[in-house]
Amino acid sequence: MKRRTTLKAGVALAAMTLAGAAFAADPIVIGAVAPKTGPLAGGAAVTHWPNIQLWVSEVNGRGGLDVGGEKRMIEVIEYDDQTNPQETIKAVTRLATQDKADFVLAPYSTGLNLAAAPIYQRFGYPQITSSASTDQIVELSDKFPGMFFLLGQNREIVGDAVSILNALREAGEIGDDVAMVNVADAFGIELAATAKPIFEEAGFNLVYETSYPLGTQDLSPVMKAAKAADPDAFVAWSYPPDTFGLTEQAIIEDLDVKAFYTAVATAFPAYGERFGAAAEGVMGIGGVNTASPEFQDYAARHMEVTGQAPDHWASGMMYASLQILEQAIEGAGTIDREVVTQYIKDHAFETVMGTVDFDEHNNNPEYWTVGQWQNGEFKGIASTGRDGAVPVLIKEGWE
Amino acid sequence: MDIIITGLILGGTYALIAIGLNLQYGVARIMNLANGEMLVAGGYTAFALYTGAGLSPLLTIFLVAPAAFAVNWAIYRVMLRPLVKRAPNRGALEQDSILATFGLSFVMVGLMVWAFGGDYFNYAYLSRRVEIFGDGFGLNRVVAFLCATALCAALFIWMNLSRAGMVIRAVAVSPDSARLVGIDVPRLSAIAFALGGAVTAVGGAVLSTYLTLDASTGVIFTMKALIIVIMGGVGDIRGTIVAALILGLGETLVATLIDPGLTLAAAYALFILILLFRPQGLFGRRQA
Amino acid sequence: MTARDWQKLITAAVLLGIAALLPLTGNAYWLSLGVSVAMYTVLATSWALFSGPTHYISLATAAFFGVGTYVMGSGIEVMPYWTLLPLAALAGGLLAALVGLATLRLSGVYFVIFTLGLAEMVRQCVTWYQNQTGHKGTYVLTELTEADIYWQLLGLAALVYLAGWAIQRSRLGFALRIIGDDEEVAAHSGINTALVKVALFVVSGLVAATVGAIIAPRYVYIEPATAFAPMLSFQVVIMALLGGTGRLWGPLIGVIPFTLLWEVISASFPNQTTLLLGLCFLLIVYVLPKGFVGLMQRLDLMRQGREAFA
Repeated sequence: MKRRTTLKAGVALAAMTLAGAAFAADPIVIGAVAPKTGPLAGGAAVTHWPNIQLWVSEVNGRGGLDVGGEKRMIEVIEYDDQTNPQETIKAVTRLATQDKADFVLAPYSTGLNLAAAPIYQRFGYPQITSSASTDQIVELSDKFPGMFFLLGQNREIVGDAVSILNALREAGEIGDDVAMVNVADAFGIELAATAKPIFEEAGFNLVYETSYPLGTQDLSPVMKAAKAADPDAFVAWSYPPDTFGLTEQAIIEDLDVKAFYTAVATAFPAYGERFGAAAEGVMGIGGVNTASPEFQDYAARHMEVTGQAPDHWASGMMYASLQILEQAIEGAGTIDREVVTQYIKDHAFETVMGTVDFDEHNNNPEYWTVGQWQNGEFKGIASTGRDGAVPVLIKEGWE
Repeated sequence: MDIIITGLILGGTYALIAIGLNLQYGVARIMNLANGEMLVAGGYTAFALYTGAGLSPLLTIFLVAPAAFAVNWAIYRVMLRPLVKRAPNRGALEQDSILATFGLSFVMVGLMVWAFGGDYFNYAYLSRRVEIFGDGFGLNRVVAFLCATALCAALFIWMNLSRAGMVIRAVAVSPDSARLVGIDVPRLSAIAFALGGAVTAVGGAVLSTYLTLDASTGVIFTMKALIIVIMGGVGDIRGTIVAALILGLGETLVATLIDPGLTLAAAYALFILILLFRPQGLFGRRQA
Repeated sequence: MTARDWQKLITAAVLLGIAALLPLTGNAYWLSLGVSVAMYTVLATSWALFSGPTHYISLATAAFFGVGTYVMGSGIEVMPYWTLLPLAALAGGLLAALVGLATLRLSGVYFVIFTLGLAEMVRQCVTWYQNQTGHKGTYVLTELTEADIYWQLLGLAALVYLAGWAIQRSRLGFALRIIGDDEEVAAHSGINTALVKVALFVVSGLVAATVGAIIAPRYVYIEPATAFAPMLSFQVVIMALLGGTGRLWGPLIGVIPFTLLWEVISASFPNQTTLLLGLCFLLIVYVLPKGFVGLMQRLDLMRQGREAFA
């Protein structure tokens, strides 16, 4: 029961009639490997899998990809890597050798992407990552020339968060005192380690600083201590369960700060649903230009096809990675991987997140770094060159 | 004072996580590694009924408990009873049950992903501040603590005062002697296992009011429960309650006075120390 | 050494030689499976060296594996690769010795849960340390290919088999067999049971740490969640028990079918992988309680019985 999936019978039928004679062409086989179970399955279920579903249904709804004048449908083969790098490696290899996949979409998360990078490299697949965050882009793109980075670098993500606080301070809204906490796991540790010197350099005073283990069930001691330090701003380099946990504790403790920042998952629609009005003014990683018609249209389609809203950080990036692949295949007019990879390097792409033009290190230089909940939407307030940033608001209590 | 209350409340959370496993392991002799998945399933039911039908999680538990009881009873009869029958001694049963329930935990994760997807789920319920002695606490956590207290007290009274409870304790102490005095050990083991599962699922329903869960998070709770049960001593409810409270207080102390980053390390260190000095657990009897 | 011993050694060497040819076929798919098989063979065999005779179920494999991974991850930028392998082994061995001395008097389920907790505790300590020192990501960027990793694992497998074989023939092995039969008897006949057990635990610990160090370049990016994944400990136990721990080659005949089965399930049922793996675990426990070795012995007995009857 190999599930060569996501081709709903109705869509297929419609596509066939639309595409007429073209449907006889062989489909393009596209592999997808990401967690469906394991510790990262929760994140992948929000950001990764729904976009693949959306993209496939749209492309096939249009009658497939135009490859050198020939319309070809896409066929996706999905594998669950159980959040285990060994399985990611095996699955990508399996896709390359057994399923003869024409392309393999990048896996989910920094760790799984890097574990699989040598396999992508070996088979010449372009690996357009949308959920890998690293400060080693130069070294990595040197070693893996087919690896592209959409999500940006920790330095910028952290740097912009500090700049936002700095702007608030210069406007006289907050003082120097910042409480900073982080989850003691790879990404959280990296962000905190990057942030500390930047904060100090900017003249901020870290009045409370700590880490807590992944999976901590009670964050109230953290929040109580943070509150006792009486900070002007609270910053947490957090993961999904603790982003929710910290916010809830902040509400209960009535943490009185003018700036409140939590990292991963702040941009999830579930965050807004969970906290409602209390989410107003909360800042987090990511952001989008919610006024952009492209993004609005994308969000509506995402909702319609997958039944859930996209998050306002990596979801759009994930979809952009698929658009880039699509445009590169059609633009290059071939499924030759080397040609397509070169095409991605040489061209700029129009995506739901705006134009993406990779630099010489395969890095997307323009991305959103900080967003904020404003009027029930998570909007971008800082970026490395994207249009549509809205001004930052002061956090006015938790009601 | 603040540390003590926070610690006690966390201890209540831990008691909810662990008390069901204690029944399953202490009486039915099954070291159930699928315990955490049962908890997540309970939590998901509460989430679905709350967001779908607006049903309060505190009412949901009256639905969850009988359902989980039935499911766990079936699991014991169909899956675990053959292992118990087959095992020549307690060690062999432990080995088999660890492996079988590990497999079961996979099956349950798979079923949950299948049934309700891999997303995180949480919702706001009683997420308000209450003041106790001038310090603020989450109302949902306080309610969970009260639930834990009620549950533990009910179990304790039932085990110690009712005839059924006495029989169950007899099985916990010595299944062989219990059989000799005419107790239907297989039936009681099934009941204890089912009861443990029901308690765990109820715990999950209560915890879901303030924890963010997903289909794959069960293992975290299983680990915690194992540690608490082993620390407290097998087959004694008091031990589990005390261990849960010690762990809650210990973690809060470390988090408040030393470094929140060390809470889990401290919990394991505590666990190791207790095992080294009292290998049978705080309230456990030495195994013959 | 008897002629039979030589015969066995030569057979083993030939089989190993054949296995070493796998990367030369150039088939990346089989090679990636080969790496899995080699890795789990080493882990399960070294696990069974300790757990087979003592009947202690250790779930500490992930702890040692993770330590090895982190030794490689944190050392690779300052030291040459080859010096880090023995260092990882040393770290794993030391940890095992400490843990062994402290805990081997625990019995049954207490030991099981303790070892399970150990991996978590080590993980917590590592992450806490990294956090304190402001660590920015652990990368292991090397030129090593899948084939290199595979060959290293095969070499390690050869060492483990040699060690296991030597142990069986030594006084230590004799002592172990007695402990396995009856620990009381062993203690009375003057065997230092604790020391014997610790020695074997150290062997399994240092081997698992070395495997972690060898695998680290394959992961490229080292994070606690993958280095200390508790799954690994369980997989090793299941595979070893599926094969059977009574014989040195027992785990191997568990690892191969299990890896293939895992592959078939992952490939054919991407949406139910976890569910079906769980069902397979259950099946193994119910149908093959003594593993393949037990099954073969049973068949053997039946055949002999029939012959005796005839």
